Amino acid sequence: MSGLLKGLQGVGKFLKLLLTSRMGRVGIVIFAIFAFIAIFAPYLRTVDPMRFGVPGNQLMPPNAEFWFGTDRLGRDIWSQTLYGTRVALIVGFTAAATTVSIGTLVGLIAGYFGGKLEELLMRIVDFFLMLPYLPLMIVFSAILGPSIRNIILVISIVYWPYTARVIRSQVLSLKERAFVEASRSVGASDRLLIFGEIMPNVVPLMFAQAVLMVTWAIYAEAVLSFLGLGDPTTVSWGWIVNRAFASGVIRDFLWWVIPPITCICATILAFTFLGTAVSDIMKPGYREARGL
Amino acid sequence: MKGFAGFVSGKISAAVLTIFVIICANFVIFRVVPGDPVRLLFGDPRAGRHRIAEMRERFGLTGTLWEQFVAYLNRLFLHGDLGFSFVYRVPVLEVILDRVPQTLLLIVTALAIAVVLGTTLGAIAGWKTGTKFDSIIVTVSLGFYSIPTFILGIILMMIFAFGLGLFPIGGMDTIGAGYTGWAYVGDVAWHMFLPCGAIVIWYIGEYVILTRSAMQDVLDQDYITSARAKGIKESTILRRHALRNAILPVVTLTGMNLAFAVAGIIEAETVFRWPGVGRLVYDSVMSRDYPVLQGLFLIFAVVVVLANLVVDLIYGYIDPRIKVGGGQ
Repeated sequence: MSGLLKGLQGVGKFLKLLLTSRMGRVGIVIFAIFAFIAIFAPYLRTVDPMRFGVPGNQLMPPNAEFWFGTDRLGRDIWSQTLYGTRVALIVGFTAAATTVSIGTLVGLIAGYFGGKLEELLMRIVDFFLMLPYLPLMIVFSAILGPSIRNIILVISIVYWPYTARVIRSQVLSLKERAFVEASRSVGASDRLLIFGEIMPNVVPLMFAQAVLMVTWAIYAEAVLSFLGLGDPTTVSWGWIVNRAFASGVIRDFLWWVIPPITCICATILAFTFLGTAVSDIMKPGYREARGL
Repeated sequence: MKGFAGFVSGKISAAVLTIFVIICANFVIFRVVPGDPVRLLFGDPRAGRHRIAEMRERFGLTGTLWEQFVAYLNRLFLHGDLGFSFVYRVPVLEVILDRVPQTLLLIVTALAIAVVLGTTLGAIAGWKTGTKFDSIIVTVSLGFYSIPTFILGIILMMIFAFGLGLFPIGGMDTIGAGYTGWAYVGDVAWHMFLPCGAIVIWYIGEYVILTRSAMQDVLDQDYITSARAKGIKESTILRRHALRNAILPVVTLTGMNLAFAVAGIIEAETVFRWPGVGRLVYDSVMSRDYPVLQGLFLIFAVVVVLANLVVDLIYGYIDPRIKVGGGQ
């Protein structure tokens, strides 16, 4: 229990610190708005986002009944935009969690054990980092088939090496430090040293990576859906843009694309700001300069 | 110089190994999926047995996996054969090569503009760190840099093509206009403005941020202080002393970020229907033309690896520390 409490206090302290940065504040506010929309989407929507409209309802400009207008099949764009928020955040957070978990595990093992194992793992990492990531994601998505689960899988496959590399270089310097030596000298096992001594010290870095990965994952989902590789049965922002483009009539129906692209930009900017704020407050001297 | 030769051969063998692994992966990726690759590749469940057998033959899917692999390598290395397009009914390589010049035109132009503007703005921002100008430049760059290129493209399209009607919404030339000579060049440039703009805006952000921090590092150096002490004009110091040294990491970035540039090309070309390899990716996804998609992936990957190799070698040649370190 006390561990949990301590953890919560740590998170609280961190949030407080995040709010001292202007970018952090802006990021948190935008994120809070989207989190609210995602959670309460079923209550905020006016109709089922995938329900086809009755004839005559197609391509209506924003009006009292359809706040953001309707698409070519008469579906309500306001409701679609709300549900797109869910997909963006679910994909963003799930993909970030898997990416950072895999990346951290590989980084810890490579950095801690060194030698042949490290060389092998880092060769694999470098190989992935060398490949152009978007074509790689496109190829995997095309093969695996379109679904939200597969998009998360594809994002994790392509992005984990970025985290692995960052974590490893941190572990390399940590394992030489006195507190690790001290534990080792009293006979701590490798597992205890890795997860008990070293890992707690890379948690801030994992957090920074997670913020970055949420940003990248939201981008990846948007671009894959835009390119027609998204889940055709689920509404996402990229999917809305794809439908609008494929219809060939967006010139006269701009309201169709404005909501989704605004949302994509806003979420990505929010997480970019948060990422900048996180890396700022982690710089040595940040707290001291502000008397915290 | 012996150290440098070792450095070069090390880099080259690493690149060759990487490319070979990519080639193998490209073979494996499309065969590890559950089910019959022919069914996957050609989708249509109504295709007759005879037709499937014929397809198998044509697309190198007969025999054991190992035989297929050997045949695949054989075709690739001896004949430069990347397979046969399902949609266009011609060799994949032909389909891709047809699109390469348009993409090169777009990316080289965009890159040139972005490098010049980005390094200039970044250098000034770094020179004036902490001023209002600096903070505006950095915030705007960060913003543009994080917005996906396809969205930048759509925004540009909405403003300049739909709204102001200044530029065409897509394509590479005015169909049926029959321009020749300079008129044609002008027409292409006019069509290229927006897709190029989308890539440039995204790229500039990156160059600004990098040049700015490289500049800040350089400005702390002693030779800048001594140049100032000698009473050399600030603008001369900026150009002759600071920028010249800050430019090295910028060179590396250009090669390293080709992997990112590929994404920008795919997105911008798709939005503006620019007939290059990026648009071909989208078209192949839409028409499920897997052989072309596979070929494109291979070519993108090889180009990126080679570009990285070239940058590594140039960097090793320029940076004296690598030569000396390698010689010991």
